[in-house]
Amino acid sequence: MKIAVCIKPVPDPNHYNKITVNPETKLLERKGIPMVINPVDKNAIEAALQLKEQAGGKVVLVSMAPPDAREKLTEGLAMGADEAFLLSDRAFAGSDTLATARVLAAGLKKIGGFDLILAGAESADSGTSHIPSQLGELMGLPHLNHLIELNLEAASLKMKTKIEYGYAEYEGNLPMVLGVAKEINKPRYTTLMGVVAARNKPFTIWGLDELELDPASTGLAGSPTQPGELHLPRHGRKAELLEGEPGDIAGKIVAILRAAGVLV
Amino acid sequence: MPERLGAVWVIAELTGNRLTEVSLELLGKARALAAQGGGSHTSAVLMGNDTGSLAEELIVHGADRVFLIEDPRLALYQNDLHAFVLADLIKKHHPEIVLFAASYCGSELSATVAARLGTGLAAHCTDLRIDDRGELVQVVPAFGGTVLGDIFCRETRPRMASVKPGIFPKPEREATRTGEVIKETAAVLEGYKSPLKAVRIVRRQPPELPLEKAPAVVAGGWGVGAEGWHFLEKLAGELGGAVGCTRPALDEGWAQSEDALIGTSGKTVRPRIYLGFGISGSAHHIVGMKDSGVVININQDPDAPVFRISDYGAVADAKEFLPVLLEKIREHKEE
Repeated sequence: MKIAVCIKPVPDPNHYNKITVNPETKLLERKGIPMVINPVDKNAIEAALQLKEQAGGKVVLVSMAPPDAREKLTEGLAMGADEAFLLSDRAFAGSDTLATARVLAAGLKKIGGFDLILAGAESADSGTSHIPSQLGELMGLPHLNHLIELNLEAASLKMKTKIEYGYAEYEGNLPMVLGVAKEINKPRYTTLMGVVAARNKPFTIWGLDELELDPASTGLAGSPTQPGELHLPRHGRKAELLEGEPGDIAGKIVAILRAAGVLV
Repeated sequence: MPERLGAVWVIAELTGNRLTEVSLELLGKARALAAQGGGSHTSAVLMGNDTGSLAEELIVHGADRVFLIEDPRLALYQNDLHAFVLADLIKKHHPEIVLFAASYCGSELSATVAARLGTGLAAHCTDLRIDDRGELVQVVPAFGGTVLGDIFCRETRPRMASVKPGIFPKPEREATRTGEVIKETAAVLEGYKSPLKAVRIVRRQPPELPLEKAPAVVAGGWGVGAEGWHFLEKLAGELGGAVGCTRPALDEGWAQSEDALIGTSGKTVRPRIYLGFGISGSAHHIVGMKDSGVVININQDPDAPVFRISDYGAVADAKEFLPVLLEKIREHKEE
């Protein structure tokens, strides 16, 4: 069974409070924030490794990212994936989700022969959750997102996806494109042996030419959406500090609760 | 592309045989966008089986037209079937703007249809407006809500956006409003054999008072601890409210279920009063509660970022302060 896992390096979500917008240049300031594999993408890698353990085969990582993403892909190889492809080209910069899905689809088709394509349900940085569905559409394969359970029996899949206050059950046949939610499993830790082995695993970098993509179909030029200005949310609260003994503060809060009409 | 300005559409969403609140919230925004010149009028799309009686609900909440597609194949949501029917309808009627609920199913459906039509989609919009050049400005959160970005879709049509529940206010019901119901068919599905099979949908009984409808939200974070959590339940009971939580409190298992999660991957709430305990104020949480009425936060760290987004703050250990507050409320009620 040949399984692809699409992953994305993102700034570490634990540091998002430090991200800001420069008031003059209007550019994002995120200096010093480390990059990590998008957290739920690790669940996708884990799901792939478990299927490989069950059915045999190969796990291939694919990412569209700048060249320095090699390090993150190597982390995925250290978890146990067999091979990695980095799709990287200046022409891909500014891609929205649809343009990104086009690049990923071109890479996946060129590698070829996948029985299953997995991805994290959403990225921590932009969080659209579009990629699994859009990738499925562009690959011409059935797709589901927010998977919380996946069982493989021969070539057929039994799946559960997350919905508000519950789940939906589906059945389908390989090949498919699936976006996994973090509830699906607990990603394994990387072992030292895994880190050592990762260095010798095949690693390929492809750009626009190798993927035979039309420059007009990717990057900013190929994106149906265009980004405008960045801004910071305005909160405009008065931030008044209530002081005194706990009992005094509690008394003041009771008065505020009454004024708000939630306490008679 | 027709010369005439198209409509602003809302894709109505169903839970069982009822419309979700967000469907109605979107109708209010769709009308506002049409009034700003974003579209000729407001239409809703209702896909399902035996759902015709809900068309009236959409009209009294702001739809001028309802496209009604009733078909047994649409009884259960399934992305490929619904996307086929919706993409077909969009190609036939050329709406300017299409709004979706950013629910699990709505997010999936919107992404699927956008890919089929090759058009732009902005996810989880926190604001939508038409600017003075007539462009639709779609404001989306990034990095868990720390930063907001404007998104445009200048060339392709329709422009599509998804919006989470609770972002826009639900419009008043106008019982005298009239509108047109247009029956469409799912004929596009003839001969199509889906590779997927939706087997069933399993839903827990939603809580009696859903978090997003509670007039008071008592939210707890890391600083409350397992031992202090029951105080939050008690306080919410006193205020006729509901308990919400942050991601760390959910991961620790203190909160009962994910239904209590406020923020990026959870609910958006706007209660009359929000009381936060032991919450540091991560961007992921703030994005889900920032539009609350009055915001009070208790945290023992005087430098906690949460104080900057509060109307009132107090520096105290949440689990020690909660019983003091409960006692004060009890005294007050006895008076």
